Parts: sequence; structure tokens; C-alpha cells
Amino acid sequence: MDGFFGILGEAVALILAWDADLIEIIGLSLRVTLTAVGIACLIGLPLGALVGTFRFPGRTAVTVLLNALMGLPPVVVGLIVYLMLSASGPLGVLGLLYTPTAMIVAQTILVTPIVAALTRQVVEDLNREYAEQFASLGVGPLDRVAALLWDARYSLLTVALAGFGRAVAEVGAVFIVGGNINHVTRVMTTTIALETSKGNLQLALALGVVLLGLAVAVNALAMTLRVSAQRAAYA
Amino acid sequence: MRDAACHVAPSGAVGAAPAPVLAAARGLAFEAGGRRLVDGIDLEIREGRRTVIMGANGAGKSLLLRLLHGLIRPSAGTVLWQGRPLDRAARRAQAMVFQRPVMLRRSVRANLRFALAVRGLSGPERAERERAALASARLEELARRPARVLSGGEQQRLAVARALACEPELLLLDEPTASLDPASTMAIEEQLAEAHARGVTLVLVTHDLGQARRIGDDLVFLHAGRVAEQGDAARVLEAPRSEAARAWLSGRIYLGPPPLRPV
Amino acid sequence: MMTRRLFGLAAAGLLALGLAAPGTPAAANGKFILVQSTTSTQNSGLFDHILPIFTDKTGIEVRVVAVGTGQAIKNAANGDGDVLFVHARPAEEKFVAEGHGVARFDVMYNDFVIVGPPADPAGIKGMTDVTAALGRIAEAEAPFASRGDDSGTNKAELRLWKAAGIDVSEASGGWYRETGSGMGATLNAGTAMGAYIMTDRATWIAFGNKGDYAIAVEGDERLFNQYGIILVNPEKHASVKADLGQQFVDWVLSEEGQAAIAGFEVNGQQLFFPNAGG
Ligand SMILES: Nc1ncnc2c1ncn2[C@@H]1O[C@H](COP(=O)(O)OP(=O)(O)OP(=O)(O)O)[C@@H](O)[C@H]1O
Ligand SMILES: [Mg+2]
Repeated sequence: MDGFFGILGEAVALILAWDADLIEIIGLSLRVTLTAVGIACLIGLPLGALVGTFRFPGRTAVTVLLNALMGLPPVVVGLIVYLMLSASGPLGVLGLLYTPTAMIVAQTILVTPIVAALTRQVVEDLNREYAEQFASLGVGPLDRVAALLWDARYSLLTVALAGFGRAVAEVGAVFIVGGNINHVTRVMTTTIALETSKGNLQLALALGVVLLGLAVAVNALAMTLRVSAQRAAYA
Repeated sequence: MRDAACHVAPSGAVGAAPAPVLAAARGLAFEAGGRRLVDGIDLEIREGRRTVIMGANGAGKSLLLRLLHGLIRPSAGTVLWQGRPLDRAARRAQAMVFQRPVMLRRSVRANLRFALAVRGLSGPERAERERAALASARLEELARRPARVLSGGEQQRLAVARALACEPELLLLDEPTASLDPASTMAIEEQLAEAHARGVTLVLVTHDLGQARRIGDDLVFLHAGRVAEQGDAARVLEAPRSEAARAWLSGRIYLGPPPLRPV
Repeated sequence: MMTRRLFGLAAAGLLALGLAAPGTPAAANGKFILVQSTTSTQNSGLFDHILPIFTDKTGIEVRVVAVGTGQAIKNAANGDGDVLFVHARPAEEKFVAEGHGVARFDVMYNDFVIVGPPADPAGIKGMTDVTAALGRIAEAEAPFASRGDDSGTNKAELRLWKAAGIDVSEASGGWYRETGSGMGATLNAGTAMGAYIMTDRATWIAFGNKGDYAIAVEGDERLFNQYGIILVNPEKHASVKADLGQQFVDWVLSEEGQAAIAGFEVNGQQLFFPNAGG
């Protein structure tokens, strides 16, 4: 083990080499995780906003459930999705097991509660401030939810990034439902696990640094877009 | 209940028919936290008139405005709009400016646009009202700025302009000029004068005696959740009959009855 | 309006980035089979060596899910795979007997070794009698790392303890330590705690984190590790690609397949010894 700089050097070398296999793995990681986060946002943002905006019986229970589901163990999610998609499971006929789609499904299940629970909190706080003004203006329920989501957009971007962070770093679920099949379902985290099990610790760590770099890049991109959006809006 | 019978006097020439009642409170009460915060309020808001509500901090002025606007439900009594119980449609004929203005996290223009879009306006009509509102609030220069970075006075002006852009029949204002400098206060009073000239009925909460004199046709004085006195604004300000109003206007603290009643 | 557009653009951009990222290059003709196999075959690099030869010849892509033998068998019993390629003969025979598999064939063998630290606290270095060596480890209560994951290696190890007349369940948590994970993870953990570890030779040779560990016990016949291949029963699981799977099984058992296995070397050492039809 060459210590930190050795690992960093190897990580940089890995990227500079622009190895086709590595690029494929990075690409699949991004594709699976960003798609899962996208779907999770499509479900979780409105869901969280509804729970955060309106009072209804069982609202507290839903809130507690959403918050608790944030802590879902990835392996458990992986197992449940495996049992659903297995050839002898209820959705076996779809033939989705050991495909990127299965990994997207698992990560979507993992990330949706995070997006929904954090959105609920953000929207509820904002709604407390807006509620009387909205009632005064006579804003309808759907417009209310839409306006709250829109006005909370910068906080919600951070919510989405939290979901991305959880999904991109997750290995338990994608390993079980993806199978870590070379050139088919191998992503950054499963590769890291595989190299670790082969005893190639330095390579595994270098891949970890690459993964971290990937997360930093996605976050930086999101923040840049946010800043330029703000600037363009209020120039 | 000493002065409860004292009705808002009609304005204008003696003998002219009083303007029709637009909104009215009948035996209005509101309880929270085991206390009766508003109690037995009877009043009438007549069309085209400017009613000023005054009273000490915590007297229940903001609660009364919320009740009149239908934002909170009374624990007893009713609010009438044109003689009928207040409903959602009726609220659409009203607008309210809150004590702490609520600005959406959007540009000044988008704040106006949102309010107008809610009223179902679009296209040239909306653009025209937007332009007019920006002009009357003198905010054209700031139209693209985020509303929440405006100064307190600018936000108040925007809040008034936004409420007026909805073209309400009744505008409720909760201390719209508190903490504003004299110029900003005048700017808002001008907006209100324009609205009044167009026939908008105004209900204004203020602690500013000068403003009450300048704007008020009628005055309602609240003490501890009840109407201590109501009548012609100039008359109440000059010669208050209730001990509460007299004390308050002369800068004394009035601790006399009626006390807050436990529920 | 500008904000809305830019912000929407940002969101759409991120999503598009996700969707457009290079996907999986499907096999040229879309024909593929799924093989449930073990980490030892995968980690050693055997599949990387032999599968391209098969795919070039037949156009059939082989997708390998590498897990412990126990899990591989369960996955295959659920119908999640076309071919089972593992090393735990009794469990494989049970798999066939229960109707999950069509038939079992010997493919190849490698052998297990016991690796240990240079200090050799149990003094077993150079022994060739595996049960005697295990006896000494138990006697010395020297740490021993077991996979404890119901894998083929784990099952073989437990058979050997039994043959040595030692009940390791009593020592579990003491000198006998079950990692509950794969071969690689167990090697990583075991070498770090100075424990003896039983591993298949293939994984050991290819393993990159040996430290100062070396083979202590090898060469006992009872350490032979037989691999078998089974076509998952299409009558039990309709999703099984029987035709393509059978082609793979036939090829692995053919002269060409057996030669490919024999030709796989790491550091100049042959890791698997074909013995089909034996
Ligand atoms: N939701 C509530 N629950 C309990 N008490 C309340 C609630 N809302 C208002 N109060 C109390 O009712 C009283 C009247 O409040 P209100 O806001 O109407 O006062 P106000 O006359 O507008 O005073 P100010 O001049 O300070 O604005 C206050 O004592 C306040 O603390
Ligand atoms: Mg108030």
C-alpha cells in the first residue's frame, strides 16, 4: 500500500488511461443512478409536497413512515426486488432480473423515501409561511403544491442531490438485483466490492476516489446550473 | 358592551342614504389556547368607505381582519358578505395585506403575475395590470429583482400593489406602513387613495394617529378583544367616549374592564 | 420565466445525462445465457479466459453472476439462471434430485489449500494430512477464519473439520471466526487477524493482498475441489433458455472447452484441471 498519494495517483492514472471498461462502468453508474433519482423525484417531490401541504387523517403516520423509510437497508431492498423480479417471483415474466432496469428499480425504491421525506419538511416549512397568503389569494390545491415546489426549488435541488449521493454510493441492492455481470450490470460500487474481494485494495480505493470525483462533478454541475439560473433570473 | 350599540355613522351630507353594507360581523368571537381573544364583535363595513381599526398591541386587530377575510373560523357569531355568510367566492372579492408581507421567492413581477394568474387572468389583460401595479407602486425599476431582497418599504408597496391588482371590492390592510419612512408611508397612502377613488372599500389597521385622521371615515377602537368604541373617525379621535380609547389616545395605559374572559 | 426555463433545462440535462450515458452493449445478436457461478471461478479470471472463446464460436454471450455456491444454487432453484456452475457436489446432486437441474456433469477440479501467517502458531507448515493439521489448529486454539457463508468452500471445510472430529461451533466467536462473506473478503479479514484460512488455490494465486502469508497445508486428496455444471431444468422453469444453455454445457464438456480450461494459467500456474467424462 503506497498510502494516500499512491492511491490518488492511481485514480488519476485510471481516468487518464480512459480505459474503455472503466468508462463503460462509470457510464452505467451514472445512467442507473441518475435515472433512479429522476424517477424518485417524479414520485417523491409531489408526494412529499402533498404531505407537507395538506392536513388529512393519518398525516403524521405517513410522515413517520416516510422518515423511517429513509433508513431502508439497501440489502433488504435488494432482496425484496430480487424476490419480485425472480423467475419464480410475481414479476418474473418481465425478465428484468440482472438488468440495469432492475438496478434502477431498486435504487428508485431506496431514494424515493429520501426525496419524499426531505421534500415534506422543506415544503411544510415554506407552506407555514405562505398558507395565509395563498388562502387570501384563493390559490387552488394543485396550484398551491406547484407554487410551493417551485419556490422551494433550490432547497429541493439539494434534496435531489442527497438522493443521488445515497444511490450512487449504494452497493448492497444493485449487487443482488444486478448480479455484477461484466459489461451488463457492473457499476462503480460493485466493481469496488469485486476488486476488494480479489484483494486488489489499491485499485478498489482508486476506484473509490474516481467515484467520489464523479459525485463531486455531478454536485458541481448542479450547483453551477443553480447559480447561473439565479443570475439569469435576476440580472 | 357599553358602546356596542354605537353604530358606524353614514358619511357624506346629512340626510343622504347610507351606503349599503358590504361586510358585517355579528357577535363575532374567537378562542384559542383556552382564552377568548375576540369577543362579541358587531360591526358593519359600508361600501366605498374607509374604516380604520385601532387598539393596543394584542387587542385583537389582526385576528379581526383574519376573521373578516375568512382565514380563521369564528368560535361564535358570523361574518356576512353582502348579507350572506362568507364563502370562498366572497373571499375572491376581497384582498388582504398582511402585517408581515408574504413575498414569494420570485421576482417582483412574478409575484404580481402569480396573484393575477390565480384570478384566471392571462395575456394582454394580465400584462396591463402588471404594468399598472408596478407603476402605482413605483417598482418598475425593480421588476426583475427577487421580491425578498427588496427593502421593507418596497415590499409593503409591492404587497399593496399585488392586493390591488386583484381588483378587490374590499381591501383589508394590517399596518401596511408600520416601520416605514414618511415618504414610503405617503407612497402607500397614495396607492390607497387611488384605490378609494376607484370605489374600493378599505379596512385599515394602524397605530398612526395622523394616518387614521388622513384616511379614516369610520373608526373602530378595539380593547382586549372587544369593540370599545366605534363611530365617525374624526369624532372618535377628537372626543373619545370610551375610557379605553381616551386613555390610549392620550398615551396612558388603560387596564380597566372589560378583562379577557376565560372560556 | 427565464429561471423556470433554465432550471427545467438543468433538471432535464441531468436526467438526459443519465439516460444517454453509454448503455450496455448488447450481444451482437441479442443471444445470451445467464450462468450462476461462484466467486472462485470469477475472481481467478477463468471466465475471462474461456468465455470469449465460446462466444466467438457460437455468438452466445455468457453473463455470469458470481456469488457463493449456496446462493448460486438458490438463485438457480428460483429459475434465475440457465446454467449452474459451482463446486459442492452433494448440494448439486440434491439440486438435480429435486428436479431443478437436468443432469450434473464433472467439469474440472482444483484444490483447496490452507494458508497461514509466517509465525505458524499451530506448527502445521508443510503438513500434507489435512485433518491432522486441523487438529493441531484446534489444539493450539490458533485463530482460523472461515467463510461461514454456506458456500462450496465453506461446505468442504466443514466436512474436513467433521472428519477431524472437531466441533467448531463450540469455538465460534473464539479462535474459530466466521466472516459470513466471500472468499476474497475472508482472505482480507483473515490475513489481517493472523488467522489460518482455507481457500481454493485459484483464488489464492490470483489474490492481490497476500501480505506475508504463504501456503501451509496442501496436497491431501481430501482437499480436491470438484466443479460441476448443470443445465437448469426448463420443465421446472419456463424462462430457462434450454437450447443455448445446453450448447454452453456441451462446449464446456467438449475437448475444446476442456482444453481452454487447461490452458488458463496465472503466474505460469495452471489453476483448474479438466476432468469431464472421467
Ligand atoms: N392562534 C393564536 N393562538 C393563541 N393566541 C393567539 C393566536 N393568535 C393571536 N393570539 C393572541 O391574541 C391576541 C390578539 O392578537 P392580534 O394579532 O390580533 O393582536 P393585534 O391587535 O393585531 O396586535 P398588534 O398591534 O401587536 O399587531 C394576542 O394576545 C395574541 O397573542
Ligand atoms: Mg396585528
